[in-house]
Parts: sequence; C-alpha cells; structure tokens
Amino acid sequence: MSKPIVATASLAGCFGCHMSILDIDERILTLIDLVEFNKSPIDDIKKFTKMCDIGIIEGGCCNSENVENLRAFRKNCKILISCGECAIMGGLPAMRNGIPVKECLEEAYLKSPTVDDTIIPNDDELPMILDRVYPLHEIVKIDYYLPGCPPRADLIWEALVALLNNKPLSLPYEVVKFD
Amino acid sequence: MGTNITAVVTGVVDAYKKDRSRLLDIVRDVQAQLGCVNDEAAAQIAASMNVSRVDVDGVVTFYHFFSKTPVGKYSVYLNNSVTAQMNGRAAVAKSFTDLAGCQFGQTTADGLIGLFDTSCIGMNDQEPAALINGVVFTRLNADKVKSIVGDMKAGKKVEDMVRDHGDGANQSALVKSMVNNNIQRKGPVIFAPFESGKALKAAVAKSPDDVIEELKVSNIRGRGGAGFPTGMKWEFCRKAQGAKHYVVCNADEGEPGTFKDRVILTEAPALLFEGMAIGGYAVGASEGVLYLRAEYMYLRKYLEDVLDGLRKKSVLGANAGGKSGFNFDIKIQMGAGAYICGEESALIESAEGKRGEPRNRPPFPVQNGYMGYPTTVNNVETYCAAARIVLEGGKWFKSMGTAQSAGTKLVSVSGDCRKPGVYEIEFGTTVQTLLELVDGRTARAVQVGGPSGTCVGKKDFGRRICYDDLATGGSIIIIGPNRDLLEVVHNFMEFFVEESCGWCAPCRAGNQLLLHKLEKIMHGHGTEGDLKELESWCKIVKSMSRCGLGQTSPNPIATTLQNFREVYEAKIRKGADYDTEFDLLASVQESCRVAGRIPNIHEEH
Repeated sequence: MSKPIVATASLAGCFGCHMSILDIDERILTLIDLVEFNKSPIDDIKKFTKMCDIGIIEGGCCNSENVENLRAFRKNCKILISCGECAIMGGLPAMRNGIPVKECLEEAYLKSPTVDDTIIPNDDELPMILDRVYPLHEIVKIDYYLPGCPPRADLIWEALVALLNNKPLSLPYEVVKFD
Repeated sequence: MGTNITAVVTGVVDAYKKDRSRLLDIVRDVQAQLGCVNDEAAAQIAASMNVSRVDVDGVVTFYHFFSKTPVGKYSVYLNNSVTAQMNGRAAVAKSFTDLAGCQFGQTTADGLIGLFDTSCIGMNDQEPAALINGVVFTRLNADKVKSIVGDMKAGKKVEDMVRDHGDGANQSALVKSMVNNNIQRKGPVIFAPFESGKALKAAVAKSPDDVIEELKVSNIRGRGGAGFPTGMKWEFCRKAQGAKHYVVCNADEGEPGTFKDRVILTEAPALLFEGMAIGGYAVGASEGVLYLRAEYMYLRKYLEDVLDGLRKKSVLGANAGGKSGFNFDIKIQMGAGAYICGEESALIESAEGKRGEPRNRPPFPVQNGYMGYPTTVNNVETYCAAARIVLEGGKWFKSMGTAQSAGTKLVSVSGDCRKPGVYEIEFGTTVQTLLELVDGRTARAVQVGGPSGTCVGKKDFGRRICYDDLATGGSIIIIGPNRDLLEVVHNFMEFFVEESCGWCAPCRAGNQLLLHKLEKIMHGHGTEGDLKELESWCKIVKSMSRCGLGQTSPNPIATTLQNFREVYEAKIRKGADYDTEFDLLASVQESCRVAGRIPNIHEEH
C-alpha cells in the first residue's frame, strides 16, 4: 500500500506552526517513513501533483491568494486540519479586524515613518487584501482543529499518528489547558 | 475652549468635593456643560481629582450615555427593543435621519442633533419611545418626529416639546412627562392603599430580628428575578461584621420589556422608601442608596421631593419612624446607561463611581458591598413587598402564590396584545390566564423574563409564572402569529452583544459568535452542523461566563431551539454538511477601491 500523502501551507501565519512541526525532532525521520509530502514548504513543492490524504494549514486568510490557496487545499485534500490560533481564530493578524481597511493601508504605505512611497501598491499581480482576516472554517469546511500558538510539537505528532492509525487522539488535561 | 474646559471641570469637581465615588455624576455634569467629555476634559478631571486618567476614561467609555465626542445639543436616544420594532421603529428612525440630516450614531454637521440607538428604556408599553436630553417621548410616529425635529431646529427647550402628559403622578409639576402608567391590574401588595409612615412604625415596634423573622415566615424571594430569599439575605447582612451597613435599592431595571419599577417609582415611591427604611432597621444601616437607571432621570426631582416629604414627616432622618436612635436616610445615585449594572455587584461598583463590572463572588455584597461594608441589595418591588409584609404579616403574604413562590408579582406586559401595561398577578398564574387578561390570545410565543428568560410556545401556555417554573423579573413580551421569531431572537442577541461588559471572554466573544452564527442561518447558509454548534456554544457561554449576563444571554437561542426548532430547521440547507457566507469578490472591494485597482479574481487552482 502506498504511503499517506501530506500537504502543508502557511497562509496569514508566521511559520511558527511549521517550526513546531519541525520540533518533533528525530521523530521527523519516522514521519518521513510514515508519509509522503506533497505541496509543502517542507519539500518546496509549489503545486499539488496528486490528491492528498491530509492537509495541514497554518494561518488565517488575509488576502485573495490565501483564499485561493485554501480552496485548492480543500479540493486536493481528503482531510483538512486547521493548525494553530491564526487558522482557527484569525490570531494576531485579526487584530486589524476592528480597523477600517482604508486606515490600515494608509498607515502601512503612506503614513508610516519608514516609508517614502506615495501610493498604496496596486499592481495586478499582487494579492488583494480582504475586508478582514478570516479563520479558515468560515471559508471552507475544516475537519479537525489543533489549537495553540503554536500547537505543541507533541500535539501535532500525536494528532498525525492518531489520524494515520485511525485511532482517537488522547487529550489529557495538560494538553488542553491554556493558563 | 481650553479655559472653558478648565472652568467647567473645576466647578463640577469642586461641587462634588472631589469625591471619587461621585465620578459618574462629575462626568455627567461635565458632559452636560461641554457636550462631551473629550480627552482634555478627561485629563483635567483626572488631574483635579487625583485619580488616574484610565479611571476617568474607563468610566466615560463604559456607559452608554457618556461620550468622548459631541452628542449634539439635542441628543436623541431611540429605543431599539423588539417591541419598538414591532410598533414601527424603522419608520420612526427613518424620519429622524431624513429630517435631521444625519445617520444613527452620528451628530449633524452643525452639532445641533445627535441620533443614537439605545437599549430598552423601560417604555415597552408605549413604543416607539426615545429619550431626548433625558426627556421621554413615547408612541412616536412620523408626524411626531416631524414636529420634534422642527422644534429642535427652532431651538425650543426639550421640556416645552412635551405637550400631553400621562396619567397619575406623571402629571405632577416635578415630572410633567408624557409617560403613561398603564396600571391594568392592581393587587393587594404593591398598589393597594398605603398610609405613609405606618409600615416603618410597625417595624420599629419590633426588634430587627423579629422583622427579619417576619420576612422569613412570608417566604418572600427577590423580585428581580433570581429569587434569593430576602429574609435570609437581610439576616446575612445583619450578622456580617462591619463598621457600617448599607441598604441599596436596585432601580436599574434594564431587562428589555420590564417597566414595572418605573410605575412603582411613579405611583408608590413612599412605599418603596419605607421598605428601604425597614431594611435599614433590620440590617442595622443608617444609609440607603437608590441606584436609579439613567433612563429614569425624568423622575429624579420628583423622587427627591418625595424623600424631602418623608424627612419632614420623620419617616426618614434622625429617629426615623419615631424610633429613638434609629437614624436612616436615602440618597439617589444615578446610573449612566448599562444593563450590566442590574447585576448587584456591578451596581455597587457603579454606585461607587467606577465602571459597572461585576465583582468576583465570594465575598458577596452582604459581606463586602458598597464602600466595602456589608450591604443588602434588593429590587424595588422587593422593598415594597417587605413594607407590606410588615403591615399585613408574613402568613398573609404566604397565603398567596405557590409553595415556592409566595405572594404576588408585578409583570410588565408588552408586545402583541390589546392591553399592554403593568399587572399585579398571583405567583402561579399560567401563561394562558395572563394572555386572556391582557387580550393577547393569538400569541404564537411568549417571552417570559425578557431576553434572558424563556421563549415558550403554545404547548407550554399551561406553564406557571413562578420561580420553580417560568421565572421572571417582570418582563413578559407577547409575540403575535405573524412575527418572524428569528428576527426577535436576533434583536435579543444584538442586545446582549451590546451590553456585555467585556470582562470575560465567553460572554464578550461568545455572544458575538452566537449572533454571527444566527445570522448565517437567517441568511439561508446554515446547515445541520451549524445548529449543533449553536447548541453547544450556548452551553459553553452559559457555563463559562462570569456573571448572570453571560450565564443567561444565550437563552433567546437556546430556548427557541428547544421550543421552536422547526423555525430553524426551515431555514437550514438540509443534507449539506457545510456552507459558507464568504464572498471573495465582495470582501476585496474596499481594499481595491482604496488602492485604485479593479478586482481580478483567479479561478481555483
């Protein structure tokens, strides 16, 4: 039987969740034995080349490219996991949600003391900014959520192993307490 | 401008002797003179009172009727309760915006008129209603709005815009309000004849312990809705150690649809104040505080006058009620627009001049309340009933109502019925009997206990109004056969989102999430999964919130999901496991407009 295929992406995130995936330390060797990676920053495959079993997404959606990317993941992954605070709730980027888009863009490109541009970038190639930062599940169906900022490496590891073995994930109190 | 601010702030702060506990009054008076409390005014208040700037800003931004930006020479606060909507609020609001020339939430360019939404102002039996500079305008329609806006543009005094006056004491020289009492049914406890001074005299003839014992015999429970046994509360307070004790009356009835305290304050204030004095005698207090919601500011002068009268008759003051050594007086503390201040510990915080945020409990107010002293906080109706119990006896009181819910209850009935108003009914009355009394037989649903209560349908009209079945602090809203129930639920959830104090996440964020999920369903994008999530989120918000607000705020959704599930089922997409409201093209419009580019949406990969 061929190995399960995993894809990952960081949308409006900080790559902290991907760092946490790497934090599984030497278990990454086991992981390579267990699964095959497709589209992911880990192997630098840019586009889906086949249908995947598991998609892991870090970060919410702040622009049109994030949305296109997310939709591609939904289309090409049987199971989609929302990984970390930003993917689940919008996280730090969502702090702009209470501020009008116009003010955000003006602050970033016109008023900031470190810029001397006089325009807000408008090239057609650039992703378009959304009216607010969206958590993933408001845009596509999400199957599982891994909370944390970032989720601990052990949690990611155990979730993946549970999923691959079709077993329930053990969630002791230490794993779900946040204070 | 700068010197003007200094002069105003200095004058007001000095008038209140730099008393930190009067910060709400100080902010109100400064705003009355300056039109708002801007950063400079807030900084000067903080400096001259020697409190932190954050304390002042905290108060200014917490309360609905305080503002950092000008609210207009005439500030119109139009009630947005569900009953107002049932009675044509949309048309009234449109008249205001068309004629005044600004939107709600804004002030006209010339600073003359400000238009604002506001939560229930206690006029549900005469909606749509508004407060303009604190003066109440009821039963508004397009014609009335036209004349009001005309008067405002002509510079007329707000008091002079009131042409007709309501019934009873609403006509008295110190009230002169167009509010109507609408007392539809008088009962033996609250609106029976009362001879001022007699109840307190009867109380002080006994020992404080005996007064408390009489209350215990009566089985009276708190009339605000929570139903804590009053005798027990007074006993806890009396026994609590403290250099002083306080009696506080909660006249902050903010539950949408309740207005019975308004009517008590108008028609039976002497009974109320005497009840407070009896409370003072029982718990060993010499001071009482009436915490009056800002919406009832129009009654303040009248109530002060009643208090003066009682002082002259020695019902209040030194040797109150003729009891040598029992000194008791009452002061009025105004609120400033915050539903949460109906929660007793939030009320105490507010009465001390702070943001109205609930305290951690324990310690309970009976141990550590107003100014840190043992305090009993009771509802307006509870004090009135206590005075009557002292006169008529605990057994008499207990003979009415049910085993667990003794006595009568004032209910405020509004919505789709012919006879809205206040009814004094015996506890244990069924919803059906009440519907017949108020002539609301066609009701599709009845909201018992306001938004935080229960929405019941026809199959439950045989249920009884009492603590052990359908509890209510007094709000009963009748929902007629042609109403969209989800619109009603939506109105209630918007209310809770607005009124959450923001202290704890389950309430602050949870109510927003519930509202958005409800909207998703109303817009036809809901699925079976969304209904399940709604249900489980209701449980989370109820069980994890810090105070009664969040512990009951999911009720509009939870009780309609339980009793009217078919309304939700009809809206959801059957069989779909997921749906989204997200619209990529719509969501990039604003940023593209600002950047000056045309949206170019790519097809999916």
